[in-house]
Amino acid sequence: MKGASIMSEWLERHIPKLVLAPSFAAILLFVYGFIAWTGWVSLTRSRLLPKYDIVGFIQYDRLFQSPRWDTALNNLYVFGGLFIVISMALGLLLAILLDQKIRTEGVLRTIYLYPMAMSLIVTGTAWKWILNPGLGVEHIIRGWGFESFRFDWLVNPKFAIYTVVIAGVWQASGFVMALFLAGLRSVDEEIIKAAQVDGIPTARIYSAIIIPSMAPIFLSAFIVLMHLAIKSFDLVIALTGGGPGYATDLPATYMYALAFSRGDIGQAASSAMVMMAVVFAIVVPYLYSELRTRNE
Amino acid sequence: MSDFTVATQAIGSRRQGNVKRIALRWLLYVLLCLFALYYLLPLFVMITTSLKSLEEIRTGSLVALPREITFDAWSTAWSSACTGIQCEGLRPFFWNSILIAVPAVVISTVLGALNGYVIAQWRFRGANMIFSLMLFGSFIPFQVVILPMARVLGMMGLAGTIPGLIFVHVVYGIGFTTLFFRNYYVTIPHELVKAAKVDGAGFFRIFWSIFLPLSLPIIVVTVIWQFTQIWNDFLFGISFSQAGTQPVTVALNNIVNSTTGVKAYNVDMAAAIIAALPTLLVYVVAGKYFIRGLTAGSVKG
Repeated sequence: MKGASIMSEWLERHIPKLVLAPSFAAILLFVYGFIAWTGWVSLTRSRLLPKYDIVGFIQYDRLFQSPRWDTALNNLYVFGGLFIVISMALGLLLAILLDQKIRTEGVLRTIYLYPMAMSLIVTGTAWKWILNPGLGVEHIIRGWGFESFRFDWLVNPKFAIYTVVIAGVWQASGFVMALFLAGLRSVDEEIIKAAQVDGIPTARIYSAIIIPSMAPIFLSAFIVLMHLAIKSFDLVIALTGGGPGYATDLPATYMYALAFSRGDIGQAASSAMVMMAVVFAIVVPYLYSELRTRNE
Repeated sequence: MSDFTVATQAIGSRRQGNVKRIALRWLLYVLLCLFALYYLLPLFVMITTSLKSLEEIRTGSLVALPREITFDAWSTAWSSACTGIQCEGLRPFFWNSILIAVPAVVISTVLGALNGYVIAQWRFRGANMIFSLMLFGSFIPFQVVILPMARVLGMMGLAGTIPGLIFVHVVYGIGFTTLFFRNYYVTIPHELVKAAKVDGAGFFRIFWSIFLPLSLPIIVVTVIWQFTQIWNDFLFGISFSQAGTQPVTVALNNIVNSTTGVKAYNVDMAAAIIAALPTLLVYVVAGKYFIRGLTAGSVKG
């Protein structure tokens, strides 16, 4: 009797921890344990099957000597840079245009943002069709009489990566618009009114007052887009399949190809660790500062 | 006299200003509509292409309306298109996606609600640390876990199965669901829990009769977020499924890249729309909550 009440008291006191425990254990094992496993294997000679004898950084040496990985990294710079800059510019422009007390704002916002609800595989499939040189945009414009018009980026190794940018921007810019629009709306109305009363032109109000006060939102948008860019996988698979050749490979598709089609676990693990390191370097400081300001 | 000239000048410039304002206003609307066209064009092309015959696709223009509407491509995409050696269309895979998404959404939402409730209202030493670790776990590139996960699923006998995919989606979804609920519950005053405790209510009783009834908006946001994420997932789907258990995104990619027979663009487009339909529908019906989830997942402020 007494034992039972002590038991239930103990349970009552510790129940919050017990509820959280399974999730926490799962995260520890399946996130941090798995990262450790991948890190470990990236230091071994693993090929088709994992080996566990650490031999040092040979996988990373191989990785950075591989021309395919070199292409993947270069593509990440080109794609990531353009994707982030264009999405942010377009998103900001759309947000400012929509902020002018537009009567149909709700409808327009819905239209700008719907691509974000779709799978990147769907987006890739649609753009693959539109950019198809034989039947898509090139075909239409030739049909209008410009017989020598060429738009074969999708199958041109030099330009194929830009088609990934086109589709990626189409997918994500509406989302950036939503972020910026929320930011524009949160700027103190009084300051804007005061500026208007002083006769300061609208463009100047935006460039000198509103946009600078949205610095944290620029940072968030930048982090989110960067994160999307590094993780980009589906879009490339659906749009170009990494091709022509491996001209549009990104680190994510490289990792997948080495892991599942080449059966080179060591290379896959080391490339995954490089991706992890990049995300870590960007996301951790950001989350840390977010959590700290939150707790203050 | 100077007063008079100032007044006429003001009237003149106001009229001029009005004309300029109206012109600017028009320009604004034209610009906004052009952008709307840019975002709608791919959807328009997908729909019109899916309603055309192959013959018409070859001879006609990408942006032209179909001369003769046919739903053949839709029925092919749904029930007989080839995804590799199998030719049963998207139907079985659509069903797989539902079988994966529904349990995974429910389980990860329930866990997220309980976790968020503990972290926000039953603080103990280390709770914030645990929250940070969970939060960071939802931002990792999943490439870093797929190799060991493939082995662990194999050891558990779940490799290539639907329960295996449900498991994976739950594990990597709880970080976000916990974040959503934690941020929501943190705004509820602690005095509520204290008062309920004085009245003798326990942990689950307080959750069930006080917190849950307040939670409808955040449940909607979380369910929509999780459903969209899981339905649209491709990486886990392609890594951890086999011939009979692939989700719809993987099947769509297989249909599009299948090399058997003539390239049927109309079937590809119909299949793409079918695969996108559930999440698009959710977006149209509950867009407000979708956007809230998106922004909550990125700006934790």
